[in-house]
Amino acid sequence: MPNAATPRAAPANAGEPIVTISGLSKTYKGGFQALKTVDLQIRRGEIFALLGPNGAGKTTLISIICGIVNPTTGRVVADGHDVITDFREARFKIGLVPQELTTDAFESVWDTVSFSRGLFGRSPDPDHVEKVLKQLSLWDKKDNKIMTLSGGMKRRVMIAKALSHEPSILFLDEPTAGVDVELRQDMWDVVRGLQDAGVTIILTTHYIEEAEEMADRVGVISKGELILVEDKTTLMRKMGKKQLKVQLQTPIKAVPKALSKYKLERSDDCEELTYTYDASQEQTGITSLLTDLTSAGMRFKDVSTHQSSLEDIFVSLVRSRR
Amino acid sequence: MSAPAFNWFAVKAIYNFEMKRTFRTLMQSIVSPVLSTSLYFVVFGAAMGRSMDAAGQHWAGGSYGAFIVPGLIMMSVLQQSLSNASFGIYFPKFTGTIYELLSAPISAFEIVIGYVGAAATKSIILAAITLATACLFVRFDDMQPWFWLWMPIFLVLTTLTFSLFGFIIGIWADGFEKLQIIPLLIITPLTFLGGTFYPLTVLPAFWQKVALFNPVVYLISGYRWAFYGVADVAWEISLGMTVLFLALCMTGIWWIFRTGYKLKS
Repeated sequence: MPNAATPRAAPANAGEPIVTISGLSKTYKGGFQALKTVDLQIRRGEIFALLGPNGAGKTTLISIICGIVNPTTGRVVADGHDVITDFREARFKIGLVPQELTTDAFESVWDTVSFSRGLFGRSPDPDHVEKVLKQLSLWDKKDNKIMTLSGGMKRRVMIAKALSHEPSILFLDEPTAGVDVELRQDMWDVVRGLQDAGVTIILTTHYIEEAEEMADRVGVISKGELILVEDKTTLMRKMGKKQLKVQLQTPIKAVPKALSKYKLERSDDCEELTYTYDASQEQTGITSLLTDLTSAGMRFKDVSTHQSSLEDIFVSLVRSRR
Repeated sequence: MSAPAFNWFAVKAIYNFEMKRTFRTLMQSIVSPVLSTSLYFVVFGAAMGRSMDAAGQHWAGGSYGAFIVPGLIMMSVLQQSLSNASFGIYFPKFTGTIYELLSAPISAFEIVIGYVGAAATKSIILAAITLATACLFVRFDDMQPWFWLWMPIFLVLTTLTFSLFGFIIGIWADGFEKLQIIPLLIITPLTFLGGTFYPLTVLPAFWQKVALFNPVVYLISGYRWAFYGVADVAWEISLGMTVLFLALCMTGIWWIFRTGYKLKS
């Protein structure tokens, strides 16, 4: 057992692909094409957020990997095992927490988690079940029937079931849908804890905030197409804009010619100027802008900066595909 | 660590889960079918049977009461195997917990062993209790010498067949009504017309021929032969038919899992 006090060293093979999806497509009976040729690699040990609006194909993609939906074309290899031809080994490594809260209402928490462990081919191990339940703050509920638990607790039970067989890959489909803010924070802590324990996590979400908070990499899916896969920080840097807004004491009729090089935007009420700049550059031009504004005789009421969030990026990406 | 080649833990988990469900609903799953079958013994065997016996016809088993016992056990076993197995697999579909079964490292074969094994076990327990109850009301005089060999063979084959059939119904059904339709509208009439209460020889010649198209005739006839050595149909044919039905149900299950019918889109 590694000492709990010392953080675990990253595994030697961290970063190499653990899930490889190639040429995956899905057309449902009736002709609806939920996925159009998806290629994607998930790296060992990362948290990957699959971001997309409702009906984009997130759940279909996850369901194919986990064996619930048959693909129309393509192949998925999980931890070295084809999910169809070698389904036993592949599924042995995978845990799934589906979006909907589906539980056996009459079972106790302990029994349902132990049942899952057996179903996934592991011999009974009360110590492990205890560990998982404690990790998810479910220990004092272990003898409760699931139907007596709150929604948030049921979500934890489902995570406990998915972790009962010690998977190395965990899929979380909308883990915080319908969960209150406080519990969402708790859930994020749980997910980070799992990552520290060496589990690779793929989560789908349409809360951008969640991806921004949690993910190492982000994939954006829209209408069955993976339109972008990027390191979260790179993505934010590449597509993120920083803006400086200056509120003026007195409205101006036009931006003085001397300031044209800053490409300032004037608000409709003529009281605000917006300057867009690249925060990663050494010279942002803010000092000279403010100096020039002062020498042009303008006086400021307020100055603020705004960084575009993943949400702004996402909305512009999805819009541009329409 | 790698996955087991045969997932016994999963079979055990499903089997225990199903058996636990049975004992959780003891009144409904054991007490009520035993009680309703016992009512038949009391009414037809003990009460009406006396006047039937007085009419002078010779019944296999020595009395009318003894005659109807194998058919009644069979009737209860058919219905219970069907409803238990169909409900067992339908319920996870209904609640959505089937996702776990589909994403687990478990083959179709193992799933079937778990569910069908539990349903068949329950039916056999029921049959044993019903038979023991019958002994309170009916005297068994004309047993055949190989009763303890053939009775369990016919019983196990039939419970397996109808548990498999129930499993198929459970997968096919997309509502509680469909779950009930086949047991109520097909199996119950076929059992009543299949020689539970009378030997086929009491029917007019034409209807005797028609009755041979009723599969339940072979099950009841075979089971009665296992009790008393007397039957409507030669026991070899009954046994052959029972095995044939078993094979048909197995083929159905094989097809369902090969195509993912109603399970995977």
